[in-house]
Amino acid sequence: MKAFRIFFRSIRDAFKSVFRNFSLSMASILCATITLMVVAISLLIAGNVNSITKDLESELSIVVYLEESAKEDDISFLESKIKAIKGVEEVIYKSNEERELEMSEYSSSYATIFESYEDSPLLNTFIITVDDAEKLNSIAEEIKVMDNVESALYGENSVDTIVEAFSFIEKVTIIVVIALVFVTAFLITNTIKLAIYARRSEIEIMRLVGASNMAIKLPFVFEGFIIGILGSFIPIIIIIYGYIIIYEKMGGHIISNIVNLINPYNFVFDVGIIILLLGAIIGMFGSLNAVRKYLKI
Amino acid sequence: MKFIELKNVNKTYSTGVTALADMSVVIDKGEFVFVIGHTASGKSTFIKMLYREEKPTKGSVVVGGVNVAKLRNGRVYKLRRKIGVVFQDFKLLPKLTVYENVAFALECLGMKEKEIRPKVMKAIEIVGLKEKVRSFPHQLSGGEQQRVCIARAIVNEPKLLICDEPTGNLDPETSKEIMKVIDSINKDLGTTVIMATHDKDIVNRMKKRVLLIEHGVLTGDYLKGSYKSHESV
Ligand SMILES: Nc1ncnc2c1ncn2[C@@H]1O[C@H](COP(=O)(O)OP(=O)(O)OP(=O)(O)O)[C@@H](O)[C@H]1O
Ligand SMILES: [Mg+2]
Repeated sequence: MKAFRIFFRSIRDAFKSVFRNFSLSMASILCATITLMVVAISLLIAGNVNSITKDLESELSIVVYLEESAKEDDISFLESKIKAIKGVEEVIYKSNEERELEMSEYSSSYATIFESYEDSPLLNTFIITVDDAEKLNSIAEEIKVMDNVESALYGENSVDTIVEAFSFIEKVTIIVVIALVFVTAFLITNTIKLAIYARRSEIEIMRLVGASNMAIKLPFVFEGFIIGILGSFIPIIIIIYGYIIIYEKMGGHIISNIVNLINPYNFVFDVGIIILLLGAIIGMFGSLNAVRKYLKI
Repeated sequence: MKFIELKNVNKTYSTGVTALADMSVVIDKGEFVFVIGHTASGKSTFIKMLYREEKPTKGSVVVGGVNVAKLRNGRVYKLRRKIGVVFQDFKLLPKLTVYENVAFALECLGMKEKEIRPKVMKAIEIVGLKEKVRSFPHQLSGGEQQRVCIARAIVNEPKLLICDEPTGNLDPETSKEIMKVIDSINKDLGTTVIMATHDKDIVNRMKKRVLLIEHGVLTGDYLKGSYKSHESV
């Protein structure tokens, strides 16, 4: 019962003191707003970089050319063998006729060439996509030595460098986001520390009259929570509207039609929730950390 | 009846200053005791030992049957609930009214609103500040602010009231009135009072037990009324 009263009173007092110490609260809220804004934007960028990288990677595939002598049984046996390789995502069979048709559609000059042949000059193929572009090379090598395989090709050298560049960019964005989260935590914690420094006499009095440490900490923890939540409102609104507008203005992609932006619905809301949680958690722990200093009896 | 007992207490601060040396004293329930001595003699250190703001380096400090020296940090608050403390600087919260400042002490403890109200009103009445319950500290005189502090210190009906120079910032007239309040708390409520002070007049006039501390050593313990205006204070 007593614990409940302390709990609810802490919530009430937290709201009260956010308003009573308005200028201090405002400083903390503004600090949270600015830093969380930066984190929110970096999350949007990182999310898109990641998705673009994944998109481009998935465009990369291995083409396996089958020997002309391969029978239907051999082909299906080979297909199951390729499917069993770790990292292979999809194996699509394309017969020479299908490929002829595709190429003829692409350019009529191909069609003319194909017409001059009795049998198709093309080989049957498997088009293989892998789950990670970095595995292209090793998987291609593995397939090359299988029976009935004439050759297994992917972009080789040029693709390798692109893949490396992608995974580098991916790692950099992740590190930047993590670093920004830490900087944010540090900045918010420190503004809260300053705000609580101004109220150390309040803590001193609470200790003096015999408030338990828990009863002293709780209102400050709730206050940090409120400040974190209030501080995350503006960044969340800005990124939701901002991203939707940018997405629509750009028609959903940048540079060319194959480089797609992430669809805003769900994505911006997910980022918004992350920012809200980040604000609340950093606010709470920031306050807790700041109060603790004054509780050493 | 024994209420406070210090046995061979030593206090050396981390700076190497020895503020108290081999101090032993017994204070009974309901006593009124002045603690006097020059500046830096160790009065505040003695007082801080009682409510466990400082731990003795050596010796034992027993308050109400509890050895305060051995009390774990996490349990100190239980001791504090039985002790009221008043200081020279009032330590009031500037944004709370008189009522709220006094009620704050009980709210921190998780007491019910219904129980808080009569206790707070009673404490405010004892210190004679009924007309000012809705005032803020900056609207009060120094003497009135000190009354609020006393009300806050006694609102939870502590067995012990500790005052460290409560009249230090007040003029003689106001000091007298504050002393009347403290004296009546001692007499009417039976609260044990320990008060450190520099004020000769108060000590000479009130004829209470006096502890004299010099350079951290208890050099005099004058029983009630036996203290005759000491030159050195
Ligand atoms: N927290 C502390 N750390 C280190 N030294 C301290 C601390 N508190 C007090 N002292 C030292 O201990 C000695 C006694 O100080 P104390 O405050 O007990 O004196 P006092 O009798 O209350 O003086 P005053 O009459 O001026 O209030 C002084 O030399 C002081 O400098
Ligand atoms: Mg002192």
